[in-house]
Amino acid sequence: MTHAYTPGLRLSEKIQIRKSRNLPLPGDVIVKKDDIVKSGDIVARTNLPGKVHSVNVVNRLAILPADLRKNMLKKEGESVKKDEPIAETSPFIKMFKSICLSPITGNIESISDITGQVLLREPPKPVQISAYIDGKVVRTVEKEGVVIETYATFIQGIFGIGGETTGELQIVVDSTDVIVKPEDLNETHKGKIIVCGSIIYYGAIKKALEVGVKGIVVGGIRDKDINELLGYDLGVAITGSEDINITLIITEGFGQIRMAQKTFDILKHREGSMASINGATQIRAGVVRPEIIIPYKKDETEKASETIGEGESPTNEESGGIAVGDPIRIIRNPHFGKIGKVKALPSELRTIETEAKARVLEVEFSDGQTTVIPRANVEAIET
Amino acid sequence: MTNDLNVMVATDCGSTTTKAILIEKKGNEYRQTFRGEAPTTVEAPFEDVTRGVLNAFAELEELSGRKILDGEKIITPAEGDTGVDIYISTSSAGGGLQMMVAGAVKTMSAQSAQKAALGAGAIVMDVIASNDKRLPHEKIERIRDLRPDMILLSGGTDGGTVSHVVELAEFIGAANPRPRLGMTFQLPVIYAGNKEARDRVSAVLKDKTALKITDNLRPLLERENLGPARLEIQNLFLEHVMAHAPGYKNLMAWTDVPIMPTPGAVGEMMQVAAKKDDINVVGVDIGGATTDVFSVFDGVFNRTVSANLGMSYSISNVIAETGIGNIMKWLPFDIDEADIRNRIKNKMIRPTTIPQLLEDLKLEHAIAREALRLAFEQHKALAVGLKGVQKQREISETFERVATEETLIEMNKLDLIIGSGGVLSHAPRRSQAMMMMIDAFQPQGITMIAVDSIFMMPHLGVLSTINEKAATEVFEKDCLIYLGPCISLTNTGKHGSKCLDYTITYSNGNKIEDSLLLGELKVFDLKDGEKAEVEITPARQFDVGEGKGKQLVKEVTGGVVGLVIDARGRPLDLKGGKGREPLAEMLTKWNTAFDAYPE
Repeated sequence: MTHAYTPGLRLSEKIQIRKSRNLPLPGDVIVKKDDIVKSGDIVARTNLPGKVHSVNVVNRLAILPADLRKNMLKKEGESVKKDEPIAETSPFIKMFKSICLSPITGNIESISDITGQVLLREPPKPVQISAYIDGKVVRTVEKEGVVIETYATFIQGIFGIGGETTGELQIVVDSTDVIVKPEDLNETHKGKIIVCGSIIYYGAIKKALEVGVKGIVVGGIRDKDINELLGYDLGVAITGSEDINITLIITEGFGQIRMAQKTFDILKHREGSMASINGATQIRAGVVRPEIIIPYKKDETEKASETIGEGESPTNEESGGIAVGDPIRIIRNPHFGKIGKVKALPSELRTIETEAKARVLEVEFSDGQTTVIPRANVEAIET
Repeated sequence: MTNDLNVMVATDCGSTTTKAILIEKKGNEYRQTFRGEAPTTVEAPFEDVTRGVLNAFAELEELSGRKILDGEKIITPAEGDTGVDIYISTSSAGGGLQMMVAGAVKTMSAQSAQKAALGAGAIVMDVIASNDKRLPHEKIERIRDLRPDMILLSGGTDGGTVSHVVELAEFIGAANPRPRLGMTFQLPVIYAGNKEARDRVSAVLKDKTALKITDNLRPLLERENLGPARLEIQNLFLEHVMAHAPGYKNLMAWTDVPIMPTPGAVGEMMQVAAKKDDINVVGVDIGGATTDVFSVFDGVFNRTVSANLGMSYSISNVIAETGIGNIMKWLPFDIDEADIRNRIKNKMIRPTTIPQLLEDLKLEHAIAREALRLAFEQHKALAVGLKGVQKQREISETFERVATEETLIEMNKLDLIIGSGGVLSHAPRRSQAMMMMIDAFQPQGITMIAVDSIFMMPHLGVLSTINEKAATEVFEKDCLIYLGPCISLTNTGKHGSKCLDYTITYSNGNKIEDSLLLGELKVFDLKDGEKAEVEITPARQFDVGEGKGKQLVKEVTGGVVGLVIDARGRPLDLKGGKGREPLAEMLTKWNTAFDAYPE
């Protein structure tokens, strides 16, 4: 079996979504079941333990580790202020007294009479978790977090950078093959999530940053422009925590590739709505793809037939095989980005140009032309 | 039990696929007969590794006609066409075993601890040492942020430093790290340092972690004792890490011997292979996310893992580490740099795609060369002798550079290189795999090159722990494919100058005689198992492993690609220069010599 399944990215105009919003450490959940929340509302908070600092008091005071405790002015657990004495010697002649000051404001964590070091901990840092999407709290897990449910348009991208953000969706191109130019962007795009066509170059991204665009959704991007934006070569595909003030979601891949028509049409249909997007991508075990969630307002809500579960990454990448007649997209050269229909699924292995033997399928394009492609190089298009 | 093993089934549960093989006793010998595979099912929506195992068994049943399962139960023992005698498995699913190690001195106990963890099959996420120049709070934060599966703490020879070791224990305690899997469990910490610090380390860590104490892995400066720590790591891997991974409790109940981490099992097999013929071996497994390198030199085993060098998930990181220029130099055609960058990133985001165009295949092979080269360099840097040991030196050595950093990997003494992983095992032509390995490892003198046919070394590694005979038989007959011997210069000189004369005498008496210029490479027909005598006389300033200008006469055995005489010099210099051919022409000539790609 050369390839067991054909991954496809999720694309749904209306679907019920459940999102878990969990704290990194146990804390307090501050909303109740059935509460209606907005994306920016805080749903849970906690305190992350502060940074630990160590002071080798024994060296500072020139004493033996065994004598440390009797020279300490503070005990384990006591709070200290920055530059407050934490230990001192008591010699006969006061002039020879040595004092050790606290480098931070915080607590004494531990005192070691073996190593002579004292560990101090900074005060805890508060962390808050927002709802991220407009919706209803359907479940709360004490001390851990909540589950929020909404009806929304849900689109997965193939790759993204930057974390969670929300903004009004605005289409800035007329069709999927248009390239957005810096002069197309202006103050009216401030705080928006803009949808572009086949590619965006660094110049336009820079302009978007200048005018305060919150997010960009586009078909393709050049690797070199991502390098320029990040300031380094992206090595491993684990993203989402970049500090770039903008979130970028690529729907098709690297290079100039027009956005899939269906994706564009759905986004166009939802123009003007508030969208929650997250560029976080993780391409390894436990794959996470970037997402665009555009919740419906209450009056627009009808029951959707499908539901995406509480996992962080709703995905159907485990979905089954493909059949003759199914629409597919080619995801590698040659014909990268082209869309066609499966014409035949020969079961025997075929020799391809590289001389490798692979499972293939025959694709028919809209102009009637056909070609043979390894099954590993196509993805199913959700209908 | 081991005497009555006639039919064995083994699986390796990898991050993406679960591979099952069937090994049967045919007459007096063991052979690998069938193979099945299925996607690994550790992730949602299945979240149960046994689903993938059952699917792989189902394919095996279909191909072999043997009934292995009764519902979801493995039928034992084997009778006729039904059942198997034993089921064994390895696993690297869910990212394998991720560890952090700590030791007092970076190049001594911390390095020994790193070797112990790697040898047990772990990915070492970071090495913390008292002298690693990081501030205490940086170390503590690092320990907390990384969330390893377990920590190995060492430091101090027996009777040596106590305070440094306790200090490290205090850092671990202050970080209070949570394990990656199983939020509610305590993180396993193994203490394998100065035995006199045991009580104190225990006082600091026993309430905060699941502490295990084992023998010091560096009891004396002159001696490493990695065995007990490795064993403890593998035990804890099963007890803590595996037991929390989805479905593994069931899988552990199915197997007849404990599940081993995949790289640990491959390491076992490498050691068995080296021991059997008393040879020095280097093995490499280049995967999608990581590249493992193993070596056995003079009986000393070492393993390293380059966690971010691979051919799909980590492909982009190979470029980030080596630079795009180092990839492009291997391409015998002109191509735009931006285009290459986009192609590589597209492979990263869609890691399951395969090259369809010849140009794309050559690009992947270029990247593989660099990934292998970098991984091997990292291996050479870690596979070193023990540091801190006083050595008696002769007066004559006083003026030589004191080689305290000397690697154990002496290329001139290397007998066998084994390559495995998709890009090597599934290269459309075997000669492509051989070229990639020669270019990346740059062997010197005479070295046999081989590939693992279908990646069954993990299965055989775990089998070797219960039936070494079966494991070695299958390893030689079905696992290894000998590509052929490579005879290389060990030094270099002026390009285009005559560097050696050769005579190849085949067993049927046929003779080939000629000479090579520096920069040339030739491949001769010498079939798998066929023998020939090779006589090589290097020019005065050149060396083929016997010394400058010294003749080499050896009998060699062929492989599926043939016999290679590589007169390109070491280190391999791809820079163009005055009077030299353009690089693209040189690459094309070498490719043609290997008949590596279709016209």
